[in-house]
Amino acid sequence: MVESDLNGFCFMDEMIIEAGHPDRQYLRDLWRYRELFMFLAWRDLLVRYKQTVVGVAWSLIRPALAVLVLTVVGKVGKLPAGGVPYALFVACAMLPWQFFSTALSESGNSLVSNSNLISKVYFPRLVVPASSVIISFVDFAIAAFFLGVLMCWYHFLPPEIAWMLPGFVLLAFAASFGAGLWIAALMVKYRDFRFIVPFVVQFGLYASPVLVMTSKVPERWRLIYSLNPMVGIIDGFRWCLLGHQNVMYWPGFALSCATVIVLVATGIGYFRKTERTFADVI
Amino acid sequence: MSDTVIRVENLSKRYVLGHRRNRHDGLRHRMEDLLRNPFGWLRGRMRKRRAERGEFWALKDVSFEVKHGEVLGVIGRNGAGKSTLLKILSRITEPTAGRVRLKGRVASLLEVGTGFHPELTGRENIYLNGAILGMRKMEIRNKFEEIVAFSEVEKFLDTPVKRYSSGMYVRLAFAVAAHLEPEILLVDEVLAVGDTAFQKKCLGKMSEVARGGRTVLFVSHNMDAVRTLCQRGILIEDGRIGTEGDMENVVEAYFARLATGYSQRQSSNHYGLMVEKVTLKNDRGRETRQFCPGEDLVVEIAFDAKKHVEKPYFQLVVKGNKGNCFTANMLLDGHRPDYLEGKGLVSCRFKAIPLLPQRYTVIMAIKASNGKDAIMDYSELASFIVTADLVEHGFKGDFLTRVSEATSVVIPYEWQLPDGTTASVSLNCPVALTLI
Repeated sequence: MVESDLNGFCFMDEMIIEAGHPDRQYLRDLWRYRELFMFLAWRDLLVRYKQTVVGVAWSLIRPALAVLVLTVVGKVGKLPAGGVPYALFVACAMLPWQFFSTALSESGNSLVSNSNLISKVYFPRLVVPASSVIISFVDFAIAAFFLGVLMCWYHFLPPEIAWMLPGFVLLAFAASFGAGLWIAALMVKYRDFRFIVPFVVQFGLYASPVLVMTSKVPERWRLIYSLNPMVGIIDGFRWCLLGHQNVMYWPGFALSCATVIVLVATGIGYFRKTERTFADVI
Repeated sequence: MSDTVIRVENLSKRYVLGHRRNRHDGLRHRMEDLLRNPFGWLRGRMRKRRAERGEFWALKDVSFEVKHGEVLGVIGRNGAGKSTLLKILSRITEPTAGRVRLKGRVASLLEVGTGFHPELTGRENIYLNGAILGMRKMEIRNKFEEIVAFSEVEKFLDTPVKRYSSGMYVRLAFAVAAHLEPEILLVDEVLAVGDTAFQKKCLGKMSEVARGGRTVLFVSHNMDAVRTLCQRGILIEDGRIGTEGDMENVVEAYFARLATGYSQRQSSNHYGLMVEKVTLKNDRGRETRQFCPGEDLVVEIAFDAKKHVEKPYFQLVVKGNKGNCFTANMLLDGHRPDYLEGKGLVSCRFKAIPLLPQRYTVIMAIKASNGKDAIMDYSELASFIVTADLVEHGFKGDFLTRVSEATSVVIPYEWQLPDGTTASVSLNCPVALTLI
């Protein structure tokens, strides 16, 4: 009964462990350990709300509070919102932004906080930061629900291009994953990132079009501004969900996309390269 | 099918020692290096590193083979490289040189309770731990009842594990691990958990696994367990294979090396006293490892004092499964040699040892003339067994098979029973029943 679970691992299959040779089994291992990936995500979600009274509602309260505070700031500063209520304007940006920033922090810390696993058990290490991105995605889903509620309250209907949203969600996912991998791998060796990441997240809130529209950024800086992957993503979210004067700056978007692709590719590369030494360094 | 499932070829693992790392591997120093020397950066970095790096070879040129269904015992002193070997075989860390060939699914038990989260309940942790160890969800579900039964924590299955006592914790952790069913199992000293009753259970389960035709690599300090479970063994010393072969021989080699090897390390310290050989002899002066209760036990220590050693204190302890049994201690009795110089012999005769049939070890320590500084720390130097037909000694009980768990020392005693009879028992003489 058990042997049939061993999913194609034929007895004659030989595994060779050798210095300096890339692990030929990695992709196969990733598939075999897909359940562990879900288990780790499940564990983190469960643990989050154990012994809390409010429970899962916290995942709703957090984005709600953030949007509330920023709306007040926007109203006081009379910031333009592209023809839509400011609350919606901000909420639409907070959705991907919080996804990205939580993923960055959680992924970044994931390897170090699971150091006991890394040093005692084998599994493809990619599973660990990947499962923390999933947690952030769950928060994203709950925040999306909140956005829906907000839209109902403002009697606001998204434009027809809203169906393109999943594409931007995927982009946000990729950005979070790529950045998360980088930080996770770097954090193992250089614990300095424990302090760098919160700072980047705080700074990033202002360096991204969360409070202001991209179109308000002076023309000559707009392209460099778009090096920040979140610019393209947030603009995309706004364009899809809000419309009106929230237009897409396409060259910027292309650059943001390119940045994301580079992030993911190099992230995976660096992670795989340093993965071999994790257990020794962590 | 006696096929080779594990083949280790010239395996080596090197670690860079930590004293330099903290100073030069922080991000700040990397940045500084970059700014100071932007182009010679790579060259300069390489040179600096090689010059100041301290190296440590945890394993050097280790080669051995394990056949299908074999249980291999891996023993050695602390720091010999046993855990590093298992870590490499488990793919947790990469070798520096050499190669390993494995045929079959590998599961390793390097620690009990890996991944247990204190906030989750026992039930949730079983699933989590099982998944971490490599079991599929279906597998865990099928074995769930067995695991719970083995761990004996049914009542507390739905309480968070942080509320468990340490005993319950390890029982649950081991229960999950014990139900792994890989083709190759690597176990690293995880049997020293829980109370004695549970340890026996674990040992039993390990034997079951071993007999089930799986290939097991078993690292342990418990010579008893290793002897029971393993047919073949390897002794690892300072990263290399010292002895390989039949488990009994390897264990003997371990003890032999312990006596000499340890003192060889000591001879570089300023006492210069080396213990060359420790021999156990019986009444008739014959070298043996097997004794009868009531016989004399002679411990003969051959030493080589490279320097003049003034008034040392020798301490001997005989230890059984349950702890120390008896001792010969010059710190207490005051009979110590005036000095030791060159080669010589010190021996101690324990008269009429009142020991039950079990396994014992002889531990020795040597203190300097001030009674405090250690010339040699407490070390296990030799082992022996006591064999007897207890019935002949007047033991007529119904549960004689339990002798291996009983307390080892039996001094002569006498029961006074309610009906007025007296029963005397002694390991030396036959029973004498006196009716009053």
